[in-house]
Amino acid sequence: MNYKVNFEVEKDDFEKAGEASRKIKKTLKQLGVDNKTIRHIAIAGYEGEMNLAIHSDGGEIILEVSSEKINLTIQDVGPGIPDLDLAMTEGYSTASDKVREMGFGAGMGLPNMEKNADFFEIHSKVGKGTKIQMSFNLK
Amino acid sequence: MKLNQVQRLLSAAVLTGENHLEDEVHTACGCDLMSDVLRFAKEDGIMLTGLVNKQVINTADMANMHSIIFVRGKKPGQELIDLAKDIDMLIMTTKTPMFESCGILYANGLKGAKPKNEL
Ligand SMILES: Nc1ncnc2c1ncn2[C@@H]1O[C@H](COP(=O)(O)OP(=O)(O)O)[C@@H](O)[C@H]1O
Ligand SMILES: [Mg+2]
Repeated sequence: MNYKVNFEVEKDDFEKAGEASRKIKKTLKQLGVDNKTIRHIAIAGYEGEMNLAIHSDGGEIILEVSSEKINLTIQDVGPGIPDLDLAMTEGYSTASDKVREMGFGAGMGLPNMEKNADFFEIHSKVGKGTKIQMSFNLK
Repeated sequence: MKLNQVQRLLSAAVLTGENHLEDEVHTACGCDLMSDVLRFAKEDGIMLTGLVNKQVINTADMANMHSIIFVRGKKPGQELIDLAKDIDMLIMTTKTPMFESCGILYANGLKGAKPKNEL
């Protein structure tokens, strides 16, 4: 890996949520990554960042850049997802009314992350946390 | 359609990003669901919304939207205006409600984002 950086995302901090994704977008632009790939990463990263703020007890986003691909790892320290198939279903959401009033909680974040990434893998353990690994190929 | 025509059609007030009023746009989406914007919106379009919070601006930024119009007289505070200014995004506010705003723009030639154009 030629470049690696991580960003912490705090639970319920909707003032700061989105800043990691904005920095990632800026970094990729400076590195000369093509716009289409940046948009895929920005969208997947932002949905992941919002999930950390909304659903997790706090976590981090790790960006790794090499000449062939970009890896995005989004992991948290809990509470974990009891039913991954259900969580990956479009429309399923446990978001609160407060989150819905902000325009989130449509249950489309995880499926959209998978759609935007060239590689997507999610692991979760209740009581432990959730880890999402995504890769985006560079041409 | 140029943004200054959009502004005239909706009698909108520019909050920041006047430098983009001469830009051309071809699509718009009316949306209060941010995940819908991130999933379906075409980039470089206008995002019309009745929601006012930081995540609306973040969403438009991550989805590469051209500009944001807050409908039904919603007006963001200075902090949000400064954020939009920072990322060089045009934002406007109009008293026209969502349904009417979308109808006016559609009738004047702006297109929506069809699902087949997704991603
Ligand atoms: N990091 C996470 N920690 C715990 N639960 C999560 C996490 N991410 C997603 N979930 C669960 O998966 C569901 C679906 O997530 P998502 O598709 O992003 O939709 P939304 O965020 O709109 O609810 C969430 O409502 C939540 O129950
Ligand atoms: Mg989500």
